[in-house]
Amino acid sequence: MTQHTESTDVQAENKPGIIRVEGMHKWYGDFHVLKDLNLTIDQGERIVICGPSGSGKSTFIRCINRLEEHQQGKIIVDDVELTDDVRHIDSVRREVGMVFQHFNLFPHLTVLENCCLSPIWVRKVPRREAEAAAMEYLERVKIPDQANKYPGQLSGGQQQRVAIARALCMKPKIMLFDEPTSALDPEMIKEVLDVMIELAESGMTMICVTHEMGFAKTVADRVIFMDGGEIVEEAPPSEFFGNPREPRTQQFLQQILQH
Amino acid sequence: MKKQTVNSRPAGPKPWYDPRVRALFFQVISLAVVFWVGWVLIDNTLSNMQSRGISTGFGFLGESAGFGIIMHLVPFDATMSYGRTFWVGLTNTLLVSAMGVVAATILGFVIGVARLSSNWLVAKISLVYIEVIRNIPLLLQIFFWYFAVLSNLPSPRQSVEVGGALFLNNRGLYLPGPVTQEGFGLVWVAILVAIVAVVGVRMWAKKRQMATGQIFPTFKVSVAILILLPLMVFFSAGQPLEWDVPALKGFNFGGGITLIPELVALWIALSLYTASFIAEIVRSGILSVSQGQTEASKALGLPNGLTLRLVVIPQAMRVIIPPLTSQYLNLVKNSSLATAIGYPDLVAVFMGTTLNQTGQAVEVVAITMAVYLTISLLISLFMNLYNRAVAIKER
Repeated sequence: MTQHTESTDVQAENKPGIIRVEGMHKWYGDFHVLKDLNLTIDQGERIVICGPSGSGKSTFIRCINRLEEHQQGKIIVDDVELTDDVRHIDSVRREVGMVFQHFNLFPHLTVLENCCLSPIWVRKVPRREAEAAAMEYLERVKIPDQANKYPGQLSGGQQQRVAIARALCMKPKIMLFDEPTSALDPEMIKEVLDVMIELAESGMTMICVTHEMGFAKTVADRVIFMDGGEIVEEAPPSEFFGNPREPRTQQFLQQILQH
Repeated sequence: MKKQTVNSRPAGPKPWYDPRVRALFFQVISLAVVFWVGWVLIDNTLSNMQSRGISTGFGFLGESAGFGIIMHLVPFDATMSYGRTFWVGLTNTLLVSAMGVVAATILGFVIGVARLSSNWLVAKISLVYIEVIRNIPLLLQIFFWYFAVLSNLPSPRQSVEVGGALFLNNRGLYLPGPVTQEGFGLVWVAILVAIVAVVGVRMWAKKRQMATGQIFPTFKVSVAILILLPLMVFFSAGQPLEWDVPALKGFNFGGGITLIPELVALWIALSLYTASFIAEIVRSGILSVSQGQTEASKALGLPNGLTLRLVVIPQAMRVIIPPLTSQYLNLVKNSSLATAIGYPDLVAVFMGTTLNQTGQAVEVVAITMAVYLTISLLISLFMNLYNRAVAIKER
C-alpha cells in the first residue's frame, strides 16, 4: 500500500488520461442507470456535466470515487483501477476530493476540525501543520475568521466554501462537484462559484455536475451532456452552446435558457 | 379590530384578556390547590395515627429486626437493627441494578448494531429478539426465569458443570472465589502502576501525534501494559492467589461465590428486557446520522472503522444518551419487582418485612421513595453531564 502511494505521488504534471472510463455500465437492480460510458479526462482539464434530472450525471461522478459501484467496464483513476479491492478504493479516495449538494460537513466538529480530520488520520500530518494548511485553504475560500465556529452556525454559502476547503486540505489531484450550488439561496451561489472559478484557474482537474451554464461557459474545457444514462454530446463550451449537434441537447438547452 | 389594537398599546387590555394576568391567576389557583391537598393529607394522616395510638418518628430504626435475610453484602444477622435491614436491601438493589445496567448496555449495543447488519440472518434474529422480549411484561419474564428455568435445574448433585469450577443448579450459580495470599499487595501496586503508565502513554502518544503526525497503536499497547505488568508481578511473586472452588458438601455446595437463583433470575430478566429497548435506541441513534455524513467521510479517504469512530458514533451518541438514561432509570426502578420472587432488595426487605413488623408505613415508604428518587436523580445528573459534553453546538 505504501508503495502504491509513492508511485502515485511521483506523477508527471499534466498527465494525460488521469481519469479513464471505458465501457462502464451500472444497474440499480433491473434499472440500467449508466449505459456504456466512455470518457478520458486529462490532468488539469475542467469538465462540466449537465443534463435533465434522472439522467445519471450524479451517479456517474459518484462512481469515480466509488461511492457507487459499477457493474461492468473499467474506471481507472490515476493509474489505479477501481475494483472491490479496498486498498485501491482508499488510495483513489485520498486523491479525489468531493463536494456535495448538501455540504455534508460534520456538525460535531468545528470548521477547523472538519478540515483537519482527514489530513491527521489518513495522511498522518502533525496537527499543527494540518491546522496551518487548513487555515491557508480557509483563507483561500475567504472564511478564516469562522475557523472555530461549528457548521450549524454558518450560512449555506459559507458551509459550502468550508466543504471545498475541507476537500482541498487532502491536497487532491482531482475535485468532483456534485451540484454544489443547487441547495443554496440565489445570493450565495456567486460566492461559491467565485471560489470554484479561482480553483479552476489554479489548474485543478475538476468535474462539475451543475446547472450553472454561466460557470460552464467561463470555466469548462469541455461540456458533457447526459440523458437517459448515456453521454449524448461532448464539446467545448463555445460549440456546445453555440452550435449543439444533437436534437436532445438542443431541446435541453432551449428549456433551460428560456428563463 | 383596528381600534382595539390602537387602544391596547398604551392602556393595555382588560386584566382578564391579558395572558400574563391569566397565567398568574391560574398559577396561584394551582398552587393553592396543591397546598390544600397536601395539608389535608398530612393532617388526616397525623390525626388518624394519633387516634390509633401509632407512634411517629424514626426511633424504630434502632430496634432489633429479628428476621434473617437470604443474601446480604454487608454483615447481617437477625439480632441486628431495622436500620441495618435498610442497608442490606439498598446494597442488594444497587448490586442487581449495576449488574443489570452493565449487561443490558453491552447486550443492547450488540443487538442494536446487529439489527442494522447487512447479514439477513443476523438482522432478523435481532428483530425477533427485540419484538419478543420487549412485548412481554417484565414480571412474566422474571417468573419465567425463576420458576420455569432456574427452579427446574437439576439438584446440586446433578449440577450443570463448566470446567469443574462453575456450577449451576436449582440452588443458584456457584463461581470460584479468589482468595488473596500474602504478597498479593504487590499485584495491586502493579495494577496501579500499569494504570498510571497507560495514562502516561496516552498523553505521550497524543502529544506525539500532534507534533509529528505519527499514530501510535495506543489501544493495543494499553491493553498489553494492563495485562502483562500485573501478570509478570503476579508470577514473580509466586502466584499469591488461590481460587476457592465450590465443592459439593453434603447436599449443597460450599465455598466460592454463590449467586442465589433469585438474583440470577432477576438479573437475566432485567438485562434481557432492558437490552431490547436499548437495542432500538442504539439503532435509531445510528440511523439518525445521515447517509451524507458517511459518504463525506468516505470521500475524504477515511476507512470504515475511522468513519464509524470519528464521524458516526459521536453523532449517534447525542441521540442515544437521553433515552438511554430513561432506560437506566427504568431498570433501577423495575428491580423492585424483586419482591415477586423474593430477592431481598430494598422494597422486599425494607418496605416488605420491616414495614410489616414495625407498622411504620409513612416513615418506611418515605425513606424508600427518597432512595429511589436519589438514585434516579444521580443517574440523570451524570448522564446529563455526559450529554452536555457530547452535544452539538448550533448558533
